[in-house]
This record gives sequence, structure tokens and C-alpha cells, in this order.
Amino acid sequence: MTISKWTAAQVARKVIDNEELFILDVRNKDAFEDWKIEGHKFEYLNIPYFELLDGVEKILPQLPTNKDVIVVCAKEGSSVMVAEMLSEAGREVAYLEGGMKSWSSYLEPIKVADLENGGELYQFVRLGKGCLSYMVTSGGEAAIIDAVRFSDVFTNFAKEKGVQIKHVFDTHLHADHISGGRDIAAETGATYYLPPKDATEVVFDYTPLTDGLNVKIGATQMDVNALYSPGHTIGSTSFVIDNQYLLTGDILFVDSIGRPDLAGLAEDWVGDLRETLYTRYRELAEDLIVLPAHFMTIDELNEDGTVARRLGDLFKENHGLNIEDEDEFRRTVTENLPPQPNAYEQIRQVNMGKIAPSHDEQTEMEIGPNRCAVR
Amino acid sequence: MNITKTIDATGLSCPMPIVKTKKAMDTINSGEILEVLATDQGTLSDIPAWAKSGGHTILEQKTEKDVLYFYIQKA
Repeated sequence: MTISKWTAAQVARKVIDNEELFILDVRNKDAFEDWKIEGHKFEYLNIPYFELLDGVEKILPQLPTNKDVIVVCAKEGSSVMVAEMLSEAGREVAYLEGGMKSWSSYLEPIKVADLENGGELYQFVRLGKGCLSYMVTSGGEAAIIDAVRFSDVFTNFAKEKGVQIKHVFDTHLHADHISGGRDIAAETGATYYLPPKDATEVVFDYTPLTDGLNVKIGATQMDVNALYSPGHTIGSTSFVIDNQYLLTGDILFVDSIGRPDLAGLAEDWVGDLRETLYTRYRELAEDLIVLPAHFMTIDELNEDGTVARRLGDLFKENHGLNIEDEDEFRRTVTENLPPQPNAYEQIRQVNMGKIAPSHDEQTEMEIGPNRCAVR
Repeated sequence: MNITKTIDATGLSCPMPIVKTKKAMDTINSGEILEVLATDQGTLSDIPAWAKSGGHTILEQKTEKDVLYFYIQKA
């Protein structure tokens, strides 16, 4: 039987379009339990490839013949081997090109909205890692917020749209993924902004991103306003775009809130987090649409694949915004936290410019889910 | 340590280090020791997981000059 090769983009379509898929994940059990390809209608079988070296006969009854079956491993090699064995056994299967490495890297750009005067707002959904980046275009210019490290995805997208990237922002010093902000700015001549309170140790030049900073984009003067909103980090800053969209960075998510411990100062920052979520955000218009920098599970995806929710709805529904008692809030965000993101201390060093690992090393560092939230 | 056999899987990527390790393991006797050299970082988790599934014991594991060494005693 034939073996087909699927790209991460094809698998992403299955997730977003809510289609069925059977995933035979041949990584070892720890890796699978830690992190896998999530889909609303996906089914899974996890058997490490090294348990199939003597043959695949024992798993044939567990593989459906009436839906697509894709074999997935860490980098691709083992999935090709298992796919070939299944093909020889008469099954039609596919394998994922580049394995979980390519899944972790794939970005799907989705339009969130048309803005006033022909402007557009795009969300770049990194399904494999749960990262969300943004591009605002207006009058031939663009601003990018929280770009992940695949800078060419953003620069190529800007070229396709015929817009010039003028401003590149990071809402905070990221700990779960490597920022592409500096590279994009260097390549395009754009201004790179970082909150100065997060940047005390960085070894490169940047433009300070401070409370009240207002940037106009393009001929139509699209408004991008910075709002200081500490708590996940001491510098964390949100953006209000076109008076309609609130980019919350890692402070507020759809079904969770930011964790204050990734820079090692949970006890110090819990008060800031409380004030941002319970005072500063409360003063904003409830009709603002929240666009966070992460999602934790695919249940947070809307039907079109975007992650976006009205602020007023989150005030009602998000558990982290509804903890009346301050001590209980403190305990929730400082005790029994989930494990930290993979290699988060090294990733912070990369984002400060202190170390410059190779492309492969960066990929290894970013393996796994983002884990920036507390529920 | 009395090494019965050595497998050099340096430069090979997944799944070859495990495929070669398994083949070599099939040729030695219970209690004997196989030495495996590899450079693929994936072997760090895969060789111990494979050994565990077969009941083999990893006696020692070390890294020298980017090469990973595993000493596996057959069950």
C-alpha cells in the first residue's frame, strides 16, 4: 500500500476544521503523556517504535481502516520505519513530515478582524506549542506583537500583504519560547520594543515599552496603546488596538491566568498580578476582545481556529478572575503550580541575548507545551 | 566491567541506534554486557525506555565529548 507524507500544515487543517484523525504516536510513553498533537476529534494509540521492531501485527487490530491514520514520532525517522511496516502489512497510512519538531514549529495565520479604514488584525496560531503572535496592518505598514522565533513566517507574510513592518513588540521577556522580535527588527529596520523592567539584563539595544506609549500605524493612523500590566513578569505590558482589542500577553488567558513564578519571584509579583487582573483590567471596557499570547488546550479555540474572547465574558467565566479572597488568590498562583516550561531558564537567557544556541538547540529547548498559566 | 560487544551508532539518527542495539542484544547471552555509543540525543530517553521494556539493566551511562555511552546488561 502507499505511504503518504503529511505536512504539519495539513494536520493543522484537521485540527481547525474539526476533522477526524487517528494518530499512531510511536514516541516513548513519557514523551506522549507530556505532549501530543491535540485535536477535537482525534484518536490516539501510543506504542513506542522500539516495541514494534519485531513486527506490527499485534497493533493491526487497533488501527481503524475507515479513517486516516498518521504515524508520528519525534523527528520523523521512526515514523517512516513504522509506516513502511504497516504498508507492507497492507495498511494505507501517512507519516508526519519532520515529526513533533515540525509540529512544534508550525504557525497558522488566521485573520481575527478587519479594522477601521482597511486595517487588518491577524493571529498566528502555533498549535503545537500553544503560542499566539499578532500582526496589525494598516495603510501599508505593520506592527508585530510577541513574534515567535520563525521570523521568516512574519516577514514573508508582510511581503505577501504588501506592508512594511515598522514596529515589533514583546509584551514581556518570554520564558517558554524564543522571541523572533529582535531578528525581525534587524531584518526589516523596524523598531524593537521591550518593557524596560524585564530588560535589566539584556545585552542588546531596544526601545523602552512603557505605560501609555502610543504608536500609530500607517497612513490611517491605527492606534496601538500600551498599558502597563505586571504580574507574569514585572514588566508585562498589554496593548489596546483600535479601541477594540486587548492583547493581554501572558497575564490573562481564555481559561486561565498568568503564573508569576517563571522569573523566580512569585511571592514578589503576586500582588502586581492581583492588581492588574482585579483593578487595572476592571477599568477597561468590557466589550474589548481579549487576545492572549497563549492557549493551553484546544478547547479554547473558536470555530475559525482563533483564540479570542470578550473581556466581560472572561470576568464572568474565568476562574482566575473570580477569586474574591486575596489569600486564596495568592495560594492559587504560588502553590501547587504546574511544572515549568522546558528549559525556561535557558530560554530567558536566549531572549536576553546572553546565549546564542544553534537552530537545532533552539528547537530542543522549545519542545513541549508552554505552561505559562495557572488555572 | 566486562564488555561482551560494542555497537557504534554515532552519527546515526532515530530509529537506527535502537535497531542496531536490539540486533546486537539478540546475539549475546543473558548477563552479558553491551556497550552502545550514540550521538542522537533522542537515545537519552529511548535507550533506557527500550531497555526497561525488555527487562535489561542499564549499568552505567555517561557522556564524553558529545558521545553518549550506554552499558546494558542483558536480562
